[in-house]
Amino acid sequence: MKPFISRLLGVGSILLFIPLWELIVRVSGLPKFILPSPADVALRFVKALADGSLWIHTGQTLTEILLGLFFGASFATILGYFLAKSYLLESILAPYLVASQAIPIVAVAPLLALWLGPGSASKVLICSLIVFFPILVNTIVGVRAVPAALYDLLRALHATRWQILFKLEIPAALPVLLGGLRVGATLSVIGAIVGELVDAKQGLGFLLKLGDFQYDTSMVFVAVLMLAALALSLYGLVTLLEKKFLKWMK
Amino acid sequence: MICASFLPRSVNLMLPPILTVQNLNVTFAAGAKQLCALENISFALRAREFICFLGPSGSGKTTLLRVLAGLQKPTAGAAQFQLAQTPKIGMVFQQANLMPWRTVLENIKLPLELEGVSDANAKLKAQELIELVGLRGFENSLPRDLSGGMAQRVGLARALIHNPDLLLLDEPFASLDALTRERMWGELSMIWQAKQKTVVMVTHSIHEALFLADRVLVLTQRPGKIKLDLPVNLPRPRADDVRYTHQFGEMAKKLRAAIE
Ligand SMILES: Nc1ncnc2c1ncn2[C@@H]1O[C@H](COP(=O)(O)OP(=O)(O)OP(=O)(O)O)[C@@H](O)[C@H]1O
Ligand SMILES: [Mg+2]
Repeated sequence: MKPFISRLLGVGSILLFIPLWELIVRVSGLPKFILPSPADVALRFVKALADGSLWIHTGQTLTEILLGLFFGASFATILGYFLAKSYLLESILAPYLVASQAIPIVAVAPLLALWLGPGSASKVLICSLIVFFPILVNTIVGVRAVPAALYDLLRALHATRWQILFKLEIPAALPVLLGGLRVGATLSVIGAIVGELVDAKQGLGFLLKLGDFQYDTSMVFVAVLMLAALALSLYGLVTLLEKKFLKWMK
Repeated sequence: MICASFLPRSVNLMLPPILTVQNLNVTFAAGAKQLCALENISFALRAREFICFLGPSGSGKTTLLRVLAGLQKPTAGAAQFQLAQTPKIGMVFQQANLMPWRTVLENIKLPLELEGVSDANAKLKAQELIELVGLRGFENSLPRDLSGGMAQRVGLARALIHNPDLLLLDEPFASLDALTRERMWGELSMIWQAKQKTVVMVTHSIHEALFLADRVLVLTQRPGKIKLDLPVNLPRPRADDVRYTHQFGEMAKKLRAAIE
């Protein structure tokens, strides 16, 4: 009953938000291009949906996010695994990794756009870079936390390297790996948007900028809400993965 | 085939050794100093023999088992198996050492999975061992839902499932309460007789050693050396009240004196 009530309260507080928003619009009397009403945004949403543009832009951004997340997470996980296994490799690469963290990815986005052009490559790269570090760190932490006694067990049973990887290391590190993916999923949305804001012909970031230029604030709202929906879906997807694979943790 | 464990010891002694340990030394680097954990350990282990190592904390008992399991390289000397193939090891650790993400059944069948046995066969065999260690009904439980004694029995079943040549037990019952522990002695004893296993067990308990072993070897405080090699001639199967016999008392006294 308890989780049900807390869910009910959550839904209630969100539903309350819309009339509150409407109230603020009416009381303040702000013009539509500064603060559109919920109805304005809903109308704009339907219109963008109907003319197909919302699909195209959302699809573009989602593709960049997924590709960026895929490349960033894969590379971070593989490198993290080897760093976790080798203190030598870690001491060699650590200065670079720490230094790279001192550079705000957002600040180099224009540079990447300049080098890679206005296509989706620069967005995918920014996305990958931004998700890279948290997933790398989580991989290292997760793999290093695999109990030594379980390694002993597998070695006493003459397990091969691959068996140790698949039967021990991956399942043991999975909770921490998925934790990294959860953070990465949220960050990847930011990465794609930063890339698109710098220079793009398509995508929700582009829509955002376009709306801003044309004083079509309702469209800005639509884009922002779409982004929030994307981030939430990705977050939910990771939660689903956790539910499926981490049942044993309850 | 005659079950050797029910025969007099002299027959057991005629079985060939499956393992000889000769002048085994293990030294660890402890900072700048050397830490000698085991010194000049020599003994032979016969097929189907059950030997116990007793010794104070830090006498190198775990280190010895790790050498036998191939997890620790000796600094000098060797542990050699007289077997045609690389020995299959079944190991029970002091902590049950189960995979928390696997159910009881999945934990138990792990060694067969590693050997590439088909899943259906592995499950069948695991089920058999679940019966043997008295865990029927808990096949699909997770380790977190097991009591310490049950987890330890899962560990035992996992150590037995792939029919190992050598069973290594590192204080397997140390974390159990006295009653459960003594029940486990009975179970282990029965399993050992039924499966005709060769066992090396480490323990702190003189009672445990005398209840289970054919031979008890006492290790000294660091560096670990063999101080006493005591044959235990108590008849088998050993009932609970064996501890009240004169023989048992005498041997317990000797062991206690050796441990100091
Ligand atoms: N990997 C290692 N590196 C350095 N020293 C070690 C290592 N393993 C064991 N030692 C040392 O070797 C000695 C023997 O350790 P071991 O664990 O074999 O003792 P033990 O007889 O099993 O003790 P206990 O009864 O407390 O389990 C100890 O002094 C320990 O500190
Ligand atoms: Mg020990």
